[in-house]
Amino acid sequence: MSVNLSKGQGISLQKSDGGTLTAVRMGLGWRSAPRRGLFGRRTKEIDLDASAVLFAGKQPIDVVFFQHLVSDDGAVRHTGDNLVGGAGQGGDDEAILVDLARLPVHIDQIVFTVNSFTGQTFTEVEDAFCRLVDETTGQELARYTLTGGGNYTAQVMAKVHRVGNGWQMTAIGEPSVGRTFQDLVPAIVPHL
Amino acid sequence: MTAELVRGQNQPLDRSRVEIRIAAGVPVVAGMTLGDERGALPGAEAVVHPGAPRRPGVEVADRAAAEHRLTVDLDALPAAVHRVSVLLALAARSGAPATFGAAPAPSVRLTAIDGTGLAGYTVTGLTAETAVVAVELYRRQGAWKVRAVGQGYSGGLAALLHDQGLARAADVAAEVEAAAAPDPAREIPAPAPVGTSAAGAPAAAGPVDYRHPKRRSTPAPGPTPPAPAPSGASAAGAPAADGPPPPVAGDAAGWSMEERLYNQIWGMFEDLARSVAAYRSASDFAASRLEQELDEVLADPRNRLGTAADVARATARDRHATLLTQARAALDRDLAQLTAESEVVEPALPPAFARWDNPVWQGHHVPLERPMALRLGDLHLPEVLDLRIPMLVRLPLERGLWIDSGPDSVARATEPGPEREFGRRELGSALTDGPPDAAEIRRLALETAVAIAARLLAVHPAGEFAVQVIDPGGTAAQACAPLVETGVLPGPPVPGAKGVATVLEGLIRRVDLVQMAMRSRAADALPPDLDTAEQLLIVHDFPHGFDDRAVTMLRYLADEGPAAGVHLMMVADRAQAREFGPVLDPLWRSLLRITPVPDAHLADPWVGHAWTYEPALAPKGSQVVRQVLTRLADARRAAARTEPAGPPLPPTP
Repeated sequence: MSVNLSKGQGISLQKSDGGTLTAVRMGLGWRSAPRRGLFGRRTKEIDLDASAVLFAGKQPIDVVFFQHLVSDDGAVRHTGDNLVGGAGQGGDDEAILVDLARLPVHIDQIVFTVNSFTGQTFTEVEDAFCRLVDETTGQELARYTLTGGGNYTAQVMAKVHRVGNGWQMTAIGEPSVGRTFQDLVPAIVPHL
Repeated sequence: MTAELVRGQNQPLDRSRVEIRIAAGVPVVAGMTLGDERGALPGAEAVVHPGAPRRPGVEVADRAAAEHRLTVDLDALPAAVHRVSVLLALAARSGAPATFGAAPAPSVRLTAIDGTGLAGYTVTGLTAETAVVAVELYRRQGAWKVRAVGQGYSGGLAALLHDQGLARAADVAAEVEAAAAPDPAREIPAPAPVGTSAAGAPAAAGPVDYRHPKRRSTPAPGPTPPAPAPSGASAAGAPAADGPPPPVAGDAAGWSMEERLYNQIWGMFEDLARSVAAYRSASDFAASRLEQELDEVLADPRNRLGTAADVARATARDRHATLLTQARAALDRDLAQLTAESEVVEPALPPAFARWDNPVWQGHHVPLERPMALRLGDLHLPEVLDLRIPMLVRLPLERGLWIDSGPDSVARATEPGPEREFGRRELGSALTDGPPDAAEIRRLALETAVAIAARLLAVHPAGEFAVQVIDPGGTAAQACAPLVETGVLPGPPVPGAKGVATVLEGLIRRVDLVQMAMRSRAADALPPDLDTAEQLLIVHDFPHGFDDRAVTMLRYLADEGPAAGVHLMMVADRAQAREFGPVLDPLWRSLLRITPVPDAHLADPWVGHAWTYEPALAPKGSQVVRQVLTRLADARRAAARTEPAGPPLPPTP
């Protein structure tokens, strides 16, 4: 069962008995491009990238993306770059794991983004989605279908931020244009 | 629907009669303890075990088995019982695994009497434990709940029962073990394990493991409470098992204990690097935020008069102090865990990884196999002066060593240069008590070299490692005395340029022959007088006594030697070596620089902190190095007597 969030909707990551949930995963999946050429070598590969930007007081502190797979503090881990996509059956082709309990004390927001590194817009990518999963229960907190999302190559997906002693997730879902997360910084800033 | 619980998670129970099915894959003793509202056991009668399998409301099997079905009638339990802990202990018998780490992960299912699934839990992450509290049923405000506990005890059943407050824990544990002792007539053979590995299939169904892939234990938030707080109902639900498990030496993946310890030390290294990175990032941010807020106060025209500015400044400083305190608390929490881990790991280290003051060196005997790595020294960070991480390098050495004996090896710490590639961020030498004088550093450098050479000799099997010394000035004679007097070195190093040429030519011949033999795959065609042992060449007082030809030969050895089993250890002043000009730069860069005094020049591969290196030296006045060398020399003489053939590899006709 998936929860489709509308833009700006927030979900508290607190359990009903007051305990804080401690781990979330961002998943990104898409179907690989059809094989072209005699040996499949002329396929126009589709490379989507998931990134997580760690902020302290609106100031970016660290980024986890395909060139920096583990945040310096070790709390955020990217499981590895996927350059071509998967079967399009709903599995995550890239994932970023966040151990909220181990994040440094000054980090108060994490913004998750998706970029099309090879430049295809979301209309050209099949079965593309991104989602945020609460790892403690396996429950999907937010899910966006990217396919058919218009003439965009990037999305500022959601943010997870500190509220009191716990964490809350807010869906952003803002489409944008850019090759890597650096191009998205202007689009991220208004949501902090 | 069966809910798969994660460790620490609880769930209400809506039945009063439940069945607990345990599948362990290997024979285990299943039991229960009946705790009062503080979780404590009033006496031996509160332990339900194979020797006393029935109590009002509960029943367990009367023998060890790979699968169990325990029944609990919660309504029939005495009113004083507030907590029922389900425990598993490995049955002691031949062929059974010694620890849960070597057995498949036990799985526990709670079902109603009609078979409806209520909850499940797979106890993963166990290593050296031999007894474990798998789940507990507990009374909370009149209703019963189940919680996944997974608390293991490497001290076995006795430690488990002791932890629950049982006075005669050891006696009861012995009684349980006696009652569960194998009785071949009633034995149920263990079913074949389903998965090949302990953490195989059951773990895959659970949530993703966030812990470092090379480590099985990780710093978890919060220290372990020593005992459940004695405060009635709330204590009954206190998650005593949520704290980190006590650290265990060898708690990492690997084929052998040595490899597990090696991986564990690297895991501790990474954990410390990342934990300190988090702290530094937080304190940098706190400082920059403070500066920014103070600037804002200054820039605000409303603050020119009155006390508003003072209040704003005080607020900013408070925010700064609060953040720093939180960051330090997080760091201290991690450090406490790593320190505890270090305290169990250090004594367990084999000689190659151990400090010279480790008792393992006292009982050291010449090994039969080569170690996988060698401890070159200790690493630490300025935030954490008392936690030292062993610096391990793989053997055989992939690159030589340059022990910097120059007086500026300390003072140069802030100067950038190509040789500084290992230290991306510089700290200066604030950690030392001021640079020692030049002669003292030269002496320490040589002592470091001899300590490393002695360690390499001692951890290799007899006859598989040899040391040669080039000492044209004859100034190393005193420091090398332990090597010469114990007979590990055939004789004192030959002085002068002649000695340099003889040793270098001999080693180059060896490298060439070995390379030729490897290229033509004719290892048995090596001449009989060739020493097949790995060679360590200590070059003291370089470049004294070296002409251009000798320098060229040295560079050849540095480049080609490691692949052919010839390793280089320079004891030299980098500044003096510069006199040779840029011709030596490749040599310098190809060697790993270490210092005889603490110096921050090594970077970790994850974050790039500048770590302070300290060489591994024997404590002052200790004879341990000499004793180890003497034993080594004895072993060599014994080997030579039993095998008087001479060369280790006689050529086959």
